Amino acid sequence: MYEIKLERIDDNRWLLPQTGGMRVPGIIYANEKIRQLLKGDESTRQVANVAHLPGIVNYSLAMPDVHWGYGFPIGGVAAFDLEGGIVSPGGVGYDINCGCRLIATNLTLDDVRDRLANLTTALYQQIPSGVGSTGAVKLSGKDQKKVLEDGAKWAVKAGFGTPADLETTEDGGAMEGADPEQVSARALERGKQQLGTLGSGNHFLEIEVVQEIFDETAARVFGIRKGQINIMIHSGSRGLGYQICDDYLALMVKHAQKTGIDLPDRQLACSYLDSQRGRNYLAAMACGANYAWANRQLLMHQTQAVFEKSLHLSPRELSMRLVYDVCHNIAKIETFNIQGKMKKLCVHRKGATRAFPAGHDAVPQQYKSVGQPVLIPGDMGSGSYVLVGQEKAMQETFGSACHGAGRVMSRTQATKVSQGRSISRELADQGVLVMASSKGTLREEMPEAYKNVNDVVQVMHDSGIATKVAKLKSLACIKG
Amino acid sequence: MEKYKLLDHTADIRVEVWGKTRKELFGNAVTAMFDVMVDWPSEDKRLFSVDEIKPLEEKRIKITGNDLEDTLINFLRETLYLFNGKGWLIKSCEPLKLTRRSIVARLKGEPYNRQKTPLKTEIKAVTYHALIINKSNKSWQAKVVFDV
Repeated sequence: MYEIKLERIDDNRWLLPQTGGMRVPGIIYANEKIRQLLKGDESTRQVANVAHLPGIVNYSLAMPDVHWGYGFPIGGVAAFDLEGGIVSPGGVGYDINCGCRLIATNLTLDDVRDRLANLTTALYQQIPSGVGSTGAVKLSGKDQKKVLEDGAKWAVKAGFGTPADLETTEDGGAMEGADPEQVSARALERGKQQLGTLGSGNHFLEIEVVQEIFDETAARVFGIRKGQINIMIHSGSRGLGYQICDDYLALMVKHAQKTGIDLPDRQLACSYLDSQRGRNYLAAMACGANYAWANRQLLMHQTQAVFEKSLHLSPRELSMRLVYDVCHNIAKIETFNIQGKMKKLCVHRKGATRAFPAGHDAVPQQYKSVGQPVLIPGDMGSGSYVLVGQEKAMQETFGSACHGAGRVMSRTQATKVSQGRSISRELADQGVLVMASSKGTLREEMPEAYKNVNDVVQVMHDSGIATKVAKLKSLACIKG
Repeated sequence: MEKYKLLDHTADIRVEVWGKTRKELFGNAVTAMFDVMVDWPSEDKRLFSVDEIKPLEEKRIKITGNDLEDTLINFLRETLYLFNGKGWLIKSCEPLKLTRRSIVARLKGEPYNRQKTPLKTEIKAVTYHALIINKSNKSWQAKVVFDV
């Protein structure tokens, strides 16, 4: 296959020129270092493939954590016109509303240092993770419908959290337009037993300490300070979301010829936004998104219980507070200025985080003066970043930023490279305690398998899309 | 004869599967998918980890598709659903009837037990991405990407 030539726009952006059936050009956010890593990766071709889809506006975009996915690249952002544009389940991903939740506490490193091992073991035992795990909450059919309609709001009403949690959750933890009637019996069945479970693969729960503050004002507004113990949760909509994506993908592939949309890859199967099938998918996707928010809300509640019990603290002493919850696999109807006109678009973020600036309506009231927190987890060894959305994101990336470090090594490569090594011991040497139900997962998820999160975040910072607020270092991590 | 091998893919798992006939290709694709999931018995000489699964129960399924590619993906989606929807591990798959647009197959396997059969990788979905089915040198090959 031929290599796609990219043209440098500036230090942090590369243009993928419009050729063949592409309706718009592509733009990849990368500095020279990341650009080198992209050579030979299929993700560039995937950015070009997305540009073929009807109704795409301005550019097919890739964030600096971009890597080869299926259909859309991971780290891909694309917006479609409500008239003549499409929605693609593959552009959202199987794990609908996979996302991150950052929780602040009143604790400092000194409060947990000696008890970290016990605390981590307790979290590992109490928080269901790994393949085939089931949650503590068994949902009746009626309750499940409520979860799909009300998301984290259902969870708070059921006693798993406080109304304040909803204020700092994207969309208030409940996406509008959810219709459980559009969700298959199979998806409902798979969702019944998995609420409150972390899952497997790259999902995790981490205890982190705030290591460095870059933006004092934003950090103060977000309630983050140096030395503070925080918790990062990465999980999604579990089997329910997967089944929704799978069901609609199959349906759209089946009808691809009828819609007359020419697809460079079947995985890009889509329907027009103003078609019944397109509307049904969005209604089902919203159910998946809501399930994921309820799931992360339950995981947070469970985490709080473990912290209180394990450290013998009262809720007041612990003072757990949700900093923010973002989704990074989603399609959303949002308004942007397109050539001087305010236009509603369907923005697909496949492994990309919303990054709205100060003053935007969708930013929580208490953060309105600085902008929306953007949560970027790195690999197991590096820890995470908190960024804040900037106006530039509205102009260039449909209000989006990266979502993580992004893989650079395949799972098979990582498994090979890690032969004869103990990843958990290596991480322990770096001061990170890891507990995982599968050693294979640890190998596949080893730090070297990912790009350096510092480089990825720097591209977002330097391009002015989302700027650095704080860096957090991992102390302990539980994985499925 | 080897039934499949893992190909490199940055985020997910891509396999290349072989079969002397189309039927064998479809059958091997299913066992490859389960072989990727089930953990290797350590230091064991047996070739495939699906050998760890017992043929305690039998099921027969019929699946349709728009063309051969679609039929393969739908067949894999359905057999994967038997695992992640119904908690059933598949040891072997014997296609009884296969056309471009439909397949009837007999499956053997057992209910999944976390403690008894550890999994190393959870395949969460079968994708259409970069799907290829080829015939060459009297054998059939397919390349499939699984989301993990």
